[in-house]
Amino acid sequence: MNKAEILIIDDEEQIRKLLEITLKTNNYNVTHASTAKEGTVVASNHPPDLVILDLGLPDKDGLIVLQELRQWYTNPVIILSVQSSEDVIIRALDSGANDYLTKPWRSGELLARIRSALRSSTQEESEPIINSEDLQIDLQSRMVKRKGELVKLTTTEYSLLALFAKNDGKVLTHQYLLRAIWGPGFINQSQYLRVFIAQIRKKIEDDPNRPEYLLTESGVGYRFISKQG
Amino acid sequence: MSNFLAKKLSAQQQYVVSLLFILLVSGVCFGIAPLLGYRVIAFILLLCVSLIAVSFDILPVLISAVLSAFIWNYFFIPPRFTFRLGATEDVILFIMYFVIALINAALTYKIRQIEKASRKKEEKVNTLKLYDTLLHSLSHELRTPIATIIAATDNLQSKNEKLSQENKDQLVTEIAKASFRLNQQVENLLNMSRLESGFIKPKKDWCDINELAYSIVKKIEENKITQRITININPNMPLVKTDKLMLEQIIYNLVNNAVLHTKSNSHIDISAVNHADILQLIIEDDGDGFPESEIENVFDKFYRLQYSKSGGTGLGLSIVKGFTEALKGNVILGNLSTGGARFTIEIPCETTYLKV
Repeated sequence: MNKAEILIIDDEEQIRKLLEITLKTNNYNVTHASTAKEGTVVASNHPPDLVILDLGLPDKDGLIVLQELRQWYTNPVIILSVQSSEDVIIRALDSGANDYLTKPWRSGELLARIRSALRSSTQEESEPIINSEDLQIDLQSRMVKRKGELVKLTTTEYSLLALFAKNDGKVLTHQYLLRAIWGPGFINQSQYLRVFIAQIRKKIEDDPNRPEYLLTESGVGYRFISKQG
Repeated sequence: MSNFLAKKLSAQQQYVVSLLFILLVSGVCFGIAPLLGYRVIAFILLLCVSLIAVSFDILPVLISAVLSAFIWNYFFIPPRFTFRLGATEDVILFIMYFVIALINAALTYKIRQIEKASRKKEEKVNTLKLYDTLLHSLSHELRTPIATIIAATDNLQSKNEKLSQENKDQLVTEIAKASFRLNQQVENLLNMSRLESGFIKPKKDWCDINELAYSIVKKIEENKITQRITININPNMPLVKTDKLMLEQIIYNLVNNAVLHTKSNSHIDISAVNHADILQLIIEDDGDGFPESEIENVFDKFYRLQYSKSGGTGLGLSIVKGFTEALKGNVILGNLSTGGARFTIEIPCETTYLKV
């Protein structure tokens, strides 16, 4: 497999340098840009497999850069920013970011997010099976198995879990989930979501209090991690 | 009482009150003048002026002094109902009355000016002290990790052949610890400035306390702590509606505080219950507790226990208090009879039992 190409758009040289070392030593090719303008040019001349985008760029708000990129660019974009307020994170995710990490970040975490974003972007539509250590989700036959045994889920629980499985590794915001499963009238009824997440965790996690598959992104949403590959 | 009255009444009200007071007392004196004699009345009026001088600004006092002098002259000194003074004795008395009343006013005014100045000075000293503590605490808490990082990287860059792989690993671990600490201090400072700016507004949403507690403990345990943390919350506890991130910070700071200030192998327990619409959170440990004399102060900004070992800007607990109060709740600190500290947080919030 060819090395994936990652474009870093960040105005801080130190950050670019550190990211470059982290990424190159983990078998990625790296290009970088220090301004929004330069980033857009590099991206359009040679579309990368993934973009790591800072929000505090000197010449343009990173959220606008993201929206502009999304008009033609379909590969994953990961935001790496010092801004940690949930509002900004939710807006970035709604504007088409695949993931969001705040600075300071942990390298292991960043690499895991990159792997997961790249995997989901290369995944074919025709492989709707999650097959991890002790959890199998078969979206075609609508079957969920834990440690080989069939898990009984209600319709809503299944729809929710299936949505997560299709977005393996990606943060799904509360509003997105509520709209997708319950409909637009329910986007402020987050209590439903919390109850159903708790129910699903009881059925698929070893210890529902220390979830390994269905993780909480505080104030933002949830993320499903399949632990495969 | 003096300041209290002066603060409560506007300048205009002070004039009205002092004039009415003089007129009222003069009226009463007028009624009993035949019994007392006009010289005693001079003393009564002087007393009134003194009382006014204790409470009010200089101008109303001066006016009361002048007014009372003329009232005394006109209504009481014989021949009455004229400003004419008969006996030489009365002329001297009248002049003395006038002078004493004025001195009275001027002296009390001066005393009050001095009081004001010394109060201002005291405030300034207190502010300076606070800044001093702040700078001291900040420079220590920020510089220690920065110094560690710089020194460790210097060592790593030195290409010193005596540096074993084990040494290098140790240095890297120190850098990691120092940067974690630095990050935490900055986080605290940012939270504090948010609180100070009054910018903080709780954003309430449904929150699963169990989930929150476990995620906080997971985060704290990532730092390889030596204490044991347990969670004691009914798995069927209802959801509560509150600002999750603020609550998270409150619990995190309390547990982290316990971790920083108890010996290894200590036990820290987190429990939560809801009484009707009050969420009660208790974080307790089996350490040494807080010195009783200092309990009152630990929530103050930049306050650190007198013999505290290290590891805080003194902001953690004041953020706990600030956030709790922003959520309309309160926090109580007490020592357990067995030793150890107990923080009790009570926050009013809606709850819901949703059955699926």
